[in-house]
Amino acid sequence: MFSARVPSAGDERVLKVRDLTRLARGVLEGSFPSVIVEGEVSNFKRHMPSGHLYFTLKDEEAQVRCVMWRSDAAKVRFEVGDGMKVIVKGRVSLYEPRGDFQLYAVTLMPAGQGALQLAFEQLMKKLEEEGLFAEDRKREIPEFPSRIGVVTSLEGAAVRDIISIINRRFPVVEVVIYPVKVQGEGASEEISRAIRDFNTLSNVDVLIVGRGGGSLEDLWAFNEEVVARSIFESAIPVISAVGHQVDFTIADFVADVRAATPSAAAEIVVPDGQEVIAGIKSDVRNIGRLVEQKIYGLTLELDKLSHHYALQQPSSLVDQKSQLVDELTRRLETENQHFMDATFQKLKAVESHLNALSPSAVLRRGYAFVESNAGIVSSVGDIEAGENATIHLHDGTLESQITGKSERLAEHE
Amino acid sequence: MSKAVKQKEELSFEESLKRLEEIVETLETGNAPLEESIKLYEEGMTLAKSCMTRLNEAKLKLKKIQKNAGGALEETDIEN
Repeated sequence: MFSARVPSAGDERVLKVRDLTRLARGVLEGSFPSVIVEGEVSNFKRHMPSGHLYFTLKDEEAQVRCVMWRSDAAKVRFEVGDGMKVIVKGRVSLYEPRGDFQLYAVTLMPAGQGALQLAFEQLMKKLEEEGLFAEDRKREIPEFPSRIGVVTSLEGAAVRDIISIINRRFPVVEVVIYPVKVQGEGASEEISRAIRDFNTLSNVDVLIVGRGGGSLEDLWAFNEEVVARSIFESAIPVISAVGHQVDFTIADFVADVRAATPSAAAEIVVPDGQEVIAGIKSDVRNIGRLVEQKIYGLTLELDKLSHHYALQQPSSLVDQKSQLVDELTRRLETENQHFMDATFQKLKAVESHLNALSPSAVLRRGYAFVESNAGIVSSVGDIEAGENATIHLHDGTLESQITGKSERLAEHE
Repeated sequence: MSKAVKQKEELSFEESLKRLEEIVETLETGNAPLEESIKLYEEGMTLAKSCMTRLNEAKLKLKKIQKNAGGALEETDIEN
């Protein structure tokens, strides 16, 4: 078919246009199989639906048309735009239908900084403006979760660290692992899908999303927009746990809490069991103390009543009460149900005694008490003949005057 | 064991702790009558004991989510 050779000087052959363009194309392709060019992007267009990129690369004095096929364009992580300084690696060819000399870009890098760095900054800016990092939309992490979802790889130290720390600290939970790819092609989609699936199932209280340490490239899935969006949209609170202390990913900024490492996430997600036990012990002590106080208060009241009205007091009652306090104290350590029941029975007895001794109950039985201007009269020495006195009965008072008094001889003890 | 106590055992760990706090608070007001105080005391001790037992004897439950043959998400137990 076409077998023309590139004409040399003095060659008088007449070429067809298509022969010339084809020859020129051959020369260009042979001479520039791989070039790296720096320049500024202009006339940038992403053709839809093909996804191919078309732009012009220029500097002060020249320009060249560039094409980037969709398969290559998909690997460009940052947003390309007019005015951006880039470094293009590709091959030179010629588009025969138009005779255009073109650069077919295979990779595109921002000039002056890393592509990932730029992509990170671009997405940060975009999501920040959209409010994805706003503090006031951060969800509360539950203090005592009962089911914890974990989105990570089943391989690697991260999942093992998380399990062993939760197991050590607070094993009263279920850990539900959703295994995903955490790096490489498709990782971000898998992570995002897992977060969404957990939200559909809606059967965990909190999510840990993360992986162990690695290079910026390894951690990249956690800088992808699709992951950021699914964290943002999650109704379940999310703890991010990506890489080491020094690594910050976009997932960290969107998450409700950023844990420095997967281990740190495990420490955040559950309380320390030992502290919880200490808290329970303190509650137990407080409950014991408060009930003791209650009983002690009633005891005092009882004593006061019995003294006040100079009633005969069964001395065993006082002993019984002080013993009860001791017993209750011991009860705190023993946890014995029979003992508990017995204590309760005794307390009930004390209470019925208390009722029996209440002022109205006593007065109802025919007792009375006498009050002078100086107060309660509990001894004949408290009042003199001729003084006025008020006699209190259960249903009222009697006003009286003392007409005489006699002292009873001391009784035998 | 009475029905009331049995119901308490079905409280989640968090609910149990919350109830325990409530009991302390109620007793702190000092307003509860003796009989109620003793009942609260009993309830508190039962809750505290059950929480501590749960913490001390619990074994972490591990599960894995995967898609079954029909493409639906399925939870399976995995060995700890």
